[in-house]
Amino acid sequence: MDLSTKYLGLDLENPLVPSASPLSKNLDSIKLLEDAGAGAIVMHSLFEEQINATSMEIDHFLSSGTESFGEALDYFPEMDSYDVGPDSYLEHIQQAKESTDVPIIGSLNGVSSGGWIEYAKLIEEAGADALELNIYYIPTDPDKTGSEIEAMYLDVIRRVCQSVTIPIAVKFGPFFSSIPNMAKKMSQMGAKGLVIFNRFYQPDFDIREMEVVPNLVLSNSDELRLPLRWTAILYKKVQADIAITTGIHVGTDVIKGILAGANVTMLASELLLNGIHRLTEIKSEMTRWMEDYECDSLDQVRGSMSQINVIEPAAFERANYMKVLQSIKQDPTGKLWW
Amino acid sequence: MNQQIIKTMDGNEAAAHVAFKTNEVIAIYPITPASPMGEWADMWSVKRQKNIWDDIPKIIEMQSEGGAAGTVHGALQGGTLTTTFTASQGLLLMLPNMYKIAGELTPTVFHIAARSIATQALSIFGDHTDVMGVRSAGWGMLFANSVQEAMDFSLISQASTLASRVPFLHIFDGFRTSHEISKINVIPDDVIKKMIDEEHVKAHKNRGMDPNNPFVRGTAQNPDVFFQSRETVNPFYQATPEIVDSVMRQFEALTGRSYQLFEYVGAPDAEKVIIIMGSGAETVEETVKHFVEKGEKIGVLKVRLFRPFSMEHLIKALPDSIKAISILDRTKEPGSMGEPLYQDVISALIEDQSSSNPKFKTLPKIVGGRYGLSSKEFTPAMVKAIFDELGKPSPKNHYTIGINDDVTHTSIPFDSELDIESEGTTRAVFWGLGSDGTVGANKNSIKIIGEETDLHAQGYFVYDSKKSGARTISHLRFGDKPIKSPYLIKNANFVGVHQFGFLQRYDTLALAAEGATVLINSPFGPKKVWSNLPKMVQNQILDKNLKLYVIDAYKVAQEAKLGIRINTVMQTCFFAISNVLPKEQAIEKIKEYIQKTYGKRGKTIVDMNFRAVDISLEHLYEVALPKKATSKIAMNGKLPEESPEFVQQVISEIINGNGDDLPVSALPCDGTYPSGTTMWEKRDIAMEIPVWDSDICIQCGKCVIVCPHSVIRAKVAEPEVFADAPDSFKHTNARWRELPGHEYTLQVSVADCTGCTLCVEACPVKDKSNVSRKALNMVSKTEIPESESANWDFFLDIPSFKIKEHPEFDFNKTKETQLLDPYFEFSGACAGCGETPYLSLLTRLFGDRMIVANATGCSSIYGGNLPTTPWSKDANGCGPAWNNSLFEDNAEFGLGMRLAADKKMETASNLLFKMKGEEIPESLADDLRNADQTTEEGILAQQHRVKELLKRLSGKNSTRSRRLEEYANSLIKKSVWIIGGDGWAYDIGFGGLDHVLASGKNVNVLVMDTEVYSNTGGQASKATGMGAIAKFAAGGKATPKKDLGKIMMNYGYVYVAQVAMGANENQLIKALKEAEAYDGPSLVIAYSHCIAHGIDMSKGMNQQKLATDSGHWPLYRFDPRRNLEAKNPLQLDSKAPKIPLKDYIYNEQRYKLLTQTSPRKAKEYLNQAQEWVNGHWKSLSELAVEYEKITETKGEE
Repeated sequence: MDLSTKYLGLDLENPLVPSASPLSKNLDSIKLLEDAGAGAIVMHSLFEEQINATSMEIDHFLSSGTESFGEALDYFPEMDSYDVGPDSYLEHIQQAKESTDVPIIGSLNGVSSGGWIEYAKLIEEAGADALELNIYYIPTDPDKTGSEIEAMYLDVIRRVCQSVTIPIAVKFGPFFSSIPNMAKKMSQMGAKGLVIFNRFYQPDFDIREMEVVPNLVLSNSDELRLPLRWTAILYKKVQADIAITTGIHVGTDVIKGILAGANVTMLASELLLNGIHRLTEIKSEMTRWMEDYECDSLDQVRGSMSQINVIEPAAFERANYMKVLQSIKQDPTGKLWW
Repeated sequence: MNQQIIKTMDGNEAAAHVAFKTNEVIAIYPITPASPMGEWADMWSVKRQKNIWDDIPKIIEMQSEGGAAGTVHGALQGGTLTTTFTASQGLLLMLPNMYKIAGELTPTVFHIAARSIATQALSIFGDHTDVMGVRSAGWGMLFANSVQEAMDFSLISQASTLASRVPFLHIFDGFRTSHEISKINVIPDDVIKKMIDEEHVKAHKNRGMDPNNPFVRGTAQNPDVFFQSRETVNPFYQATPEIVDSVMRQFEALTGRSYQLFEYVGAPDAEKVIIIMGSGAETVEETVKHFVEKGEKIGVLKVRLFRPFSMEHLIKALPDSIKAISILDRTKEPGSMGEPLYQDVISALIEDQSSSNPKFKTLPKIVGGRYGLSSKEFTPAMVKAIFDELGKPSPKNHYTIGINDDVTHTSIPFDSELDIESEGTTRAVFWGLGSDGTVGANKNSIKIIGEETDLHAQGYFVYDSKKSGARTISHLRFGDKPIKSPYLIKNANFVGVHQFGFLQRYDTLALAAEGATVLINSPFGPKKVWSNLPKMVQNQILDKNLKLYVIDAYKVAQEAKLGIRINTVMQTCFFAISNVLPKEQAIEKIKEYIQKTYGKRGKTIVDMNFRAVDISLEHLYEVALPKKATSKIAMNGKLPEESPEFVQQVISEIINGNGDDLPVSALPCDGTYPSGTTMWEKRDIAMEIPVWDSDICIQCGKCVIVCPHSVIRAKVAEPEVFADAPDSFKHTNARWRELPGHEYTLQVSVADCTGCTLCVEACPVKDKSNVSRKALNMVSKTEIPESESANWDFFLDIPSFKIKEHPEFDFNKTKETQLLDPYFEFSGACAGCGETPYLSLLTRLFGDRMIVANATGCSSIYGGNLPTTPWSKDANGCGPAWNNSLFEDNAEFGLGMRLAADKKMETASNLLFKMKGEEIPESLADDLRNADQTTEEGILAQQHRVKELLKRLSGKNSTRSRRLEEYANSLIKKSVWIIGGDGWAYDIGFGGLDHVLASGKNVNVLVMDTEVYSNTGGQASKATGMGAIAKFAAGGKATPKKDLGKIMMNYGYVYVAQVAMGANENQLIKALKEAEAYDGPSLVIAYSHCIAHGIDMSKGMNQQKLATDSGHWPLYRFDPRRNLEAKNPLQLDSKAPKIPLKDYIYNEQRYKLLTQTSPRKAKEYLNQAQEWVNGHWKSLSELAVEYEKITETKGEE
């Protein structure tokens, strides 16, 4: 049984890739991920904004209240160095590389044009096998057009791809007018992989305190359908590998992803919820399906249910929606069923 | 000769450098201005720097200077090279050990940043009172006069003590030398090694205690041998001056810097000579050189080695030609024939004169005087006046210089206009705010010029006594020649005014020399600035031909995302227009130093500062000056006319910076000042002010209780009271069931607010149609109408509702306490202070009958530092009687006050007993004597009875009637509060606190626990939490916080409460009232957030809540009275920890910094601290189990 796959030009033993999450924050769990059978590991993201904020915070508090009052010219001992972010992250990548045999994929979220390039280079120097650009932008300005935002994404991708030699994947959200067009352009800018989709944390309201509160809800298998559809649509239409990164919880989710055309399937919620050992179990579930369907390799079935290969390509288009609606019936009591 | 290592540093760093290199053990304790020496030593040891034996010295923080001295003594007896650093009261606490150390001929050096001793007042500033106070202990005393000498003499004293076995005090002037930044030659390690004789080191070690070579030292001796034994040390003292001299010669050979025991400078044929020691000697030397060049026959003798005093060296150093000598002491010994140096020099001269071969044919005229107490300026003008006086036929003796003594007429007048500074020296003065980074930028400028060019550089900084809105004045000198001017600049070539508002408040340009350059940070551009300057400033600019430049530094800083930090902008402009360095070179160096200073804080910060440098000059403009002053803007500074005479005539002058001009007669002779003077000093420092929305306010009073400066006040009154209110005065229906038809008003004193926003954070209300709005919202000061000032005045005139006289209110809740008037207002504490809300509340509850003993620390500074003080009084003239004794004795000090109050009550009671049925009706006398004063109602009743008593005594002439009249008020229960911080309660004052609480006397102790020595800049105390970074614990504190409450609960009869205003206000109010009502000792420990925690101060109350929620700060009350009801005295007032400790501590930089400097250690500490918190909660909750439940459980068993 050949579970191997290729992603970003890297040879992976299997398509199970733990995505950026707290699990990659310490070496022990990275080792556990490898032992449980991860094909590659995406590190947690280096956030330029976070580095900047930490820097500002240290500067603010080391300066605050200083040089004002003769008895207390400052309040903290001034140390030789402070780890504001990149150093420990880069060291972590280096250690992850040294202590594992699976490919290590760095992950970066920048804010400034200089930051994207600088940190991408540093991650490459630290030994990452590839880099995932975790790009997100929540537009709130009504004067900002979609084209401007798309141009901003493409500019980042182009400049990072020109600055480093390791392969670049782009993780992006589903909120584009034309995902295929955007995907194509990203690939043209140099992206070797598309990671679909970035799953934004949606804030919640605390109506007692009347406050907006962050709310982390882990994914479930139902959420697979969005990336599944777009993987199926994009397969072979775009010159880039595809990674599905939402809703992978059981072996059949992985199989669905591969059938849609994905090179790898990424998962975090399942491992955070039920433990790292789930990787091994999911791998067994995949293998069982492969055996049941007498498949020799993933390549054999990859994309077999993509839009270009299915009998009814329109199934991925609007018609599907219409059919669902039409199938709903109402019984005499008024209850809906389908 | 070694290659020179040139650096800029201050005197503390210079002295600590050698101390660290030449010692193995260093025992430390913070005290201003010596604390930085300990901080340097601790940090170097954390950074694993080594001494000259390739070893890291062991640093230990002690609980007091007394403890440090004991540890030093022990470590010395153990055979290690050991030192300490201290000043002032700290040195006095070391005195008993100093006698022992000297008596045992133990070599050591204590490095002293010499400072005043508290007398009529505390002073943190420099003079020689402390070192002169210990001169009898038998220590060598070597005075360094400058930063360079602070380093050099650190080594010379170390080498001398080892060679002589006489312990040494290495002394330099507090602040003037300890905090002056100067360009110096750093002594290379190999020179230090050469100076330290290993044979002497070995001998010291061999004298150390060792079971392999046992002996007994420290015996008790009897009259038969004690005296003779004391005389055994004489040879050592006799040999010491020569030893020091030879060490100085060795030092000269190695470094080229020559020093003498008594160093004469001046005309070889001088007729008039000043003898002086300390930094003032530099001023005299500079003046002497100036006037000798002009042909004057004058000179100065700088005394380096004051003890052992070498008559021989002194006499030898003086020129034969002398006709008159003036001896200057920087100390005061009231009642003496003269101060120490004067007395010693006179003794020496008389002794020499009586010898067979006297130096002088006729004894010169000798006078002595005092100068420079508490860092009072000592200038060339004063030196000139002293020489002039000395030239008179009968020069004044026992004189003072630098003040106007119009009481005993000791002072010599001087011409303050005299200026002898070299033309070649660039002198720059900068007026800034603490928060704008001015001082930091200037320190960087000194480094740039001092370390990157051949120019010499000097910097000295004058700070404010307020901790919020603090003003700073930086004095910088640069020049080709070494700078020996340890006094403030009078005629500056460059004046930077970094705050536009200062131009109207202070006479900033008084310091500008003719033709000087002035740079103003102005919101007005080059065309508009002129018309916005006060007329006086315009006149100064025109009269002195000043060159004026402006920049809107705040705008540039905003553009560079630097917020209110305008330091880089102003520094760039200074270099651009001062011509100290070529512009391009200066900009390159500024950037280099930005990288050095901020590089470790991250690239973002560096980039922002770089950007500020790049864009600053685009916004810098020279102002074309008109020929006439046309402004109608007057200077501020006048206090309200209704303020008391003393405030107008004395306090006002101090506020306006004219305190130096006040004559002796203007000042109280015993340190007594009127209460409540902050109300007259309208500092107007806030940029934003909270504005009340009366429509949505629920009148809960939280904003009132949390306000650190008591600037938000609430009142209720009958509607007719508001009939004459100004139009913009806001009031609304009062939400009290008990007060139907009343109106409620909430008012903010705009001119006293610091803009800390603690009130807005505390407000629980949200506007339902816009949740970002609360019942209080911050509004820019520029949008606040001027009528708010009239509104505040109107508010003050509204009669306070006497809630204490209405038993239907129990005022156990925030809502009620807001209606009580505070007796603590408008302090200079940090904006958002976590301590002062407790004091404001405490005075609301008991202010009119409080006696306060306040430990030295933050609370004694914001509570008692001139010019104005916040402890106030009411319209009846009642209020807290406040006093500060020392740091270490506060509990005992307060106990004394309790005893005095009790004694007076007892006397009054005895008199009543004797007079009852005679002058006083029996029932009144009995009621007065047996009054139950455990409740407010009872106290009120007693107050009425005392009034009645006084009425009856009025007009009666018997002796006992008169006596009882004097004592009558003592019959009202006094609320004695002993107040201080954790440094006092947990560390230095713990022994006393323990004894006082154990005494069973009715005292109330409030510990405002900031978990760190806040006032001296954040050194760790035993209250500091595990893993927190603090000074003296730069690697994170390795032990858990001391549990003071639990320790004191063990007595069983001490009321103990742990409280946190931000976690539960009502529990706090209850605890304070219970503590006060308890007829025995009470201890209330209050969590106080602090700027030294590295937190957003506006979220301070939220941090307090998190401290409680995490279990770090459980709330409880231990009330011994519950024992009488067979109840467990301990009640827990907070629930089991509901958030992990990290959610509390990692909001604070003191903990977070360790994760950024030593993540592994931080993790270990976090785990241990979490375990400690869990265990602590378990043990507390087990202790608090209700007795009934224990009985039930036992029954089941």
